[in-house]
Amino acid sequence: MDLLRFTTAGSVDDGKSTLIGRLLYDSKNTFEDQMAAVEASSKKRGDENINLALLTDGLKAEREQGITIDVAYRYFATPRRKFIIADTPGHIQYTRNMVTGASTANLAIILIDARHGVIEQTCRHSFIASLLRIQHVVIAVNKMDLVDHSEEAYHKIVDQFKEFSSRLRNIVDVSFIPISALHGDNVVDKSDKMPWYQGPSLLYHLETVYIGSDRNHVDARFPVQWVIRPHSDEYHDFRGYAGRVASGVFKPGDDIVVQPSGFTSKIKAIYSDEKEIDEAFSPMSVAIRLEDEIDISRGDLIAKPNNPPEATQDIEAMICWFSADAPLAVRGKYVLRHTTNEVKAMVKEVKYKMNINNLHKNVDDLTFQLNDIGRISLRTSKPIAADSYQNNRATGSFVLIDEQTNQTVAAGMIL
Amino acid sequence: MNYTIDHLAQLEAEAIYVLRETAAQFENPALLFSGGKDSIVMAWLARKAFWPAKLPFPLVHIDTGHNFEETMTYRDSFVENMGARLIVGSVQASIDAGRVREETGPDASRNMLQTVTLLDTVEKHQYDAALGGGRRDEEKARAKERFFSARDEFGQWDPKNQRPELWNIFNGRKHHGEHFRVFPLSNWTEMDIWMYIQREEIELPNLYFSHKRKVIKRGNSFLAECEYVAPQAGEVVEEKVVRFRTIGDATCTGAVESEADTLDKIIQEVATARQTERGTRADDQRSETAMEDRKKEGYF
Repeated sequence: MDLLRFTTAGSVDDGKSTLIGRLLYDSKNTFEDQMAAVEASSKKRGDENINLALLTDGLKAEREQGITIDVAYRYFATPRRKFIIADTPGHIQYTRNMVTGASTANLAIILIDARHGVIEQTCRHSFIASLLRIQHVVIAVNKMDLVDHSEEAYHKIVDQFKEFSSRLRNIVDVSFIPISALHGDNVVDKSDKMPWYQGPSLLYHLETVYIGSDRNHVDARFPVQWVIRPHSDEYHDFRGYAGRVASGVFKPGDDIVVQPSGFTSKIKAIYSDEKEIDEAFSPMSVAIRLEDEIDISRGDLIAKPNNPPEATQDIEAMICWFSADAPLAVRGKYVLRHTTNEVKAMVKEVKYKMNINNLHKNVDDLTFQLNDIGRISLRTSKPIAADSYQNNRATGSFVLIDEQTNQTVAAGMIL
Repeated sequence: MNYTIDHLAQLEAEAIYVLRETAAQFENPALLFSGGKDSIVMAWLARKAFWPAKLPFPLVHIDTGHNFEETMTYRDSFVENMGARLIVGSVQASIDAGRVREETGPDASRNMLQTVTLLDTVEKHQYDAALGGGRRDEEKARAKERFFSARDEFGQWDPKNQRPELWNIFNGRKHHGEHFRVFPLSNWTEMDIWMYIQREEIELPNLYFSHKRKVIKRGNSFLAECEYVAPQAGEVVEEKVVRFRTIGDATCTGAVESEADTLDKIIQEVATARQTERGTRADDQRSETAMEDRKKEGYF
């Protein structure tokens, strides 16, 4: 069975929790004791019907305040696929959570309230999906029941979105689906209330969207996580480089180059599941042995000599600032974590901040506060083997960590 | 060429990656091993992650003293087969030392007491990361958990102040006295665990398979009659054909009536189950926020 990771975005009251609840309920992924709890809570709150949104309720603080404070992960499966949902809150100050949820997603569902059309937040959510390079986007026009299931209202929104999204570069595949999460129209089953809509239901789309070409199987990249040295009689000279293939394909006999040192060798054997295998590709976790004894440790990257990544100390990147405690410090020093590597980095320059509600670049106010997104230049203490995020999500991404607090303060995408 | 792997292989690769990150980022990690299916799968994956070397960390069992005998037998043979080191943190010892007070009354359980023993064990051995078999699909508080979950010097979880986790970059940096809980199986569901056990032909404690047992019906579940669980007024001991969906402390882990005596039948049963897995856990049903409250205190 195949696995699809998706994230959901929408503003408060767009019906995001109801949609997830509906997906779980109508696809028969809920349990009796869960439904009993939801029914009891619905009654307690005075809701007229069973409130499916409560299926996604998490913590006490959230229930008391009626909000979602953090990314929650949900799981469901159909006979076709297994799904992991990163359920991120729509509240305005939680850009950080959507960025987090989007970083591992293949697909984003962006909810639009049929009564309100494309609003500032739609723009924000689409921009983040594009920035994080989510290749598949579903625009779910929700609450169609409140606009009399009108084809005209739906098409107006589709046109609005198309006009705006032409400015987003990374989204390669956009689908539009009119739904009513509350009543279940076009969520799991096709609705008979919108005969003018010829497309699939949301779930059918999620089950069948082709994601086979999403991974990069061209550029061979293997960040070394850990060196396996058994020191046993049986495996006396064994030295295996353990890690997860970030992209590309590796085979025994392949010539390799190690970054940033530049040493070269050949692959002697690749191990997975306690035996030798013929090839390794993303996202497999394996161990690689080389023909030569060369100095390789955690943080190094094994690539192929025909297209190695650039080993560089100067990084241009888009970042999203995550810290509520302190703004980004220009000339400030941070720990930069890139693949399994960790170096120090200094912020050389802030180029601009992005107004993600209208995609304008702001060069007047360059102070990065919580949730701000923009472009900066960094200088690292040692070279890192980097690709552009555009080409490689795994070797083009990094986080910045504050050395004093140890908090993760920024997510970065290399340009 | 078709460069894809199925969802179980993806989950396996992710868990192995997290286990290796834990070994690499921490000085002194440990793997919490209860003898339940999730920790068995986690330990199984750990062996693959570091093969042909031995595990670079010990297995730690927090022993409530109220165990099913089968679990203990299984634990000891499993540990021996793995060639692993076993460290036991004893709730009885915590009680004897006056660190905790045993609950009294008919529903008394040592489940809550485990938290203190766990934190004491972490402190005594100076573990800076404890690998746990928790899954996000288990419970709503766990749905918010990170792979790398920071705990303060009191071992507490603050759900409002978690580190954002992006791509597969994990930040395990910490101040002296703090430690991490790490959950390699975060993205696995109960069904994934069973399918993996079947694929890998992992041997399990026989409690998971249908068998005859003397039980007492209490609330929604059947508790096994044993040294620690006796019938209360109005309750009767009856013999039923049951199995356990989760294995924990005998005083709070209920059995379900089931004929499933093979992995195939269990998977069939899980696929059509109408109750969540933890629906038979009395510890979760004490209140709607039972798990959230325990986690904040430092529970698994």
